[in-house]
Amino acid sequence: MNVWLEKQRHLIDFTLASLARRKTKNLGLLLAYAVLVFVLASLMLFTQALRSEATFVLAGSPEVILQRMVAGRHDLIPPGYIEKIGRIRGVQKQEGRLWGYYYDPVVNANYTFMARPANEVASGSIMVGATLARARGLAAGNVISFRSYSGKLFAFKVSAVLSPDSELLSADLVLLSEADFRAFFEYPAGYFTDIALSVANPQEVRKVAEKLSASLPDSRPILREEVLRTYQSVFDWREGIMLTVLAGAILAFAILSWEKASGLSAEEKREIGILKAIGWETSDVIRMKMWEGMLISLTAFLLGFIAAYVHVFYFGAAVFEPVLKGWAVLYPRFALVPTVDGLQVATLFFFTVFPYTAAVLVPIWRAAITDPDSVMRA
Amino acid sequence: MIELSQIKKAFNQGQSNEYWALNGIDLTLEAGKVTAFRGPSGSGKTTLLTLVGCLSRPTSGRVRFKGEDISGLPERFLTEIRRQSFGFIFQQFNLIKGLTAIENVILPGFPTGRPRAELIAAAEQIFEQLKLSHRRTAKVEWLSGGEQQRVAIARALINNPEVIIADEPTANLDTALSREFMAILEGFTAAGKTVLLTSHDPLVVESDAVHRVIGMRDGCLVDA
Repeated sequence: MNVWLEKQRHLIDFTLASLARRKTKNLGLLLAYAVLVFVLASLMLFTQALRSEATFVLAGSPEVILQRMVAGRHDLIPPGYIEKIGRIRGVQKQEGRLWGYYYDPVVNANYTFMARPANEVASGSIMVGATLARARGLAAGNVISFRSYSGKLFAFKVSAVLSPDSELLSADLVLLSEADFRAFFEYPAGYFTDIALSVANPQEVRKVAEKLSASLPDSRPILREEVLRTYQSVFDWREGIMLTVLAGAILAFAILSWEKASGLSAEEKREIGILKAIGWETSDVIRMKMWEGMLISLTAFLLGFIAAYVHVFYFGAAVFEPVLKGWAVLYPRFALVPTVDGLQVATLFFFTVFPYTAAVLVPIWRAAITDPDSVMRA
Repeated sequence: MIELSQIKKAFNQGQSNEYWALNGIDLTLEAGKVTAFRGPSGSGKTTLLTLVGCLSRPTSGRVRFKGEDISGLPERFLTEIRRQSFGFIFQQFNLIKGLTAIENVILPGFPTGRPRAELIAAAEQIFEQLKLSHRRTAKVEWLSGGEQQRVAIARALINNPEVIIADEPTANLDTALSREFMAILEGFTAAGKTVLLTSHDPLVVESDAVHRVIGMRDGCLVDA
């Protein structure tokens, strides 16, 4: 055992000395390889973090949202619907919601107006999201006026700017009282935009949705898990688009790494011949080169992955942000919560380290099985 | 110690460029002596040394080392015999550039699993014998021809082999350095080692340090 360990130590020593002897080639290789891992890991970490963020954000949203449809389009919920739902077993709470979109020509952006109970927002005042406040230069105490779709001008006093902690959710949000909302959008009394339902038992959500469809056939129940799946698909799609765009560059890096790794110089071949002639076995040579490949690929993987982690979670993935986050006039500022999926890391490791090791081994094996007497004839 | 019987060696056998380097060699080499092979280029001297030194196998015939037939052994066993029993000094020295003299010398010891400290101590002792201690940490490409050869000699000795094989050892040396090499050669004999070398150099083959000279031509033995 000691002899075996000592042999491995010798091989690693020799490998390190070999790497140091070909500094330029190996540093170039390490750099190209680390950049490849960095790009792939950044994409992976960023989309994974966005998926987790979406899951986290949606965790607080209602299990089911009910929308009324007219000719396939979303329409207002008329009076009486909330009472009908109350009779469906499994529904713990139902709440009519009032919300709508408002286009502000000043900043060319859409805001989301949402009604809150009078005890939260007083009549004549509004609470605004931090991104919106920045875009319009608003602070608590300011007055802002909006022209409604009917042409009337409404002035509101900003009572508060919503906490930046909730910016991902509240970037473009305007909270106002129910009375102000109905007046601004000319919503008739008793009508709602949609209905949010709480279902205590997650096993019953689908059943409740079926019952809703049966009792209110002109309505569409939207489940939280469906919304989540849609978000996941959007991020997957964006990741795919990004990968497609980057495919050329990734391929170029991969070819460069492969070529650098698999191309054995005449000097390296000569060295392998010498080592064999002075008593190294074919397996010693292969093992030594395997250590070399592993040292390069592992170092590159770690460097690339750590750089990607810092890039995504400390610099907000500045390189890929515009494509992966999506586009908006009012862009929320938010910090991603670091999440790493072990399986994804293992997959990335396998698809970057394994091909490299294979690329190194094939030419080495070919060189290592040549007759050692070639050295005498050189 | 080493017996060769009916040794033949072909290169590119069965192809249009087939070439027979050795054509039926019968020879016995004694232990503890210096034997020189002399002959023109292409006479088969180097091929013969590669067969004796377990670097290759004969196409036909038998090679016996200390009574054991080694001509048909698999590569792994040949490598082990080569590592334990033979030390090589190549014509071009074949040192690994970028490594220091001492790093080159301990390389044959790596597959044996001997601890590094032990290998270094052994290498330093050899350097002292060869008067090369002051150059042990110099990179081999910075060394003179004579110093490079002494590093190659030290490397050949690191596993304490019974047989030293030297292929044209003075081909790249001037007269003074060649004489130095012959003095080292005498030291090998005094240490009881068997030395097999090839050479054209009269300074080598006519030296008193050489006990036997074997002539070769066209893959056959001829009178020296």
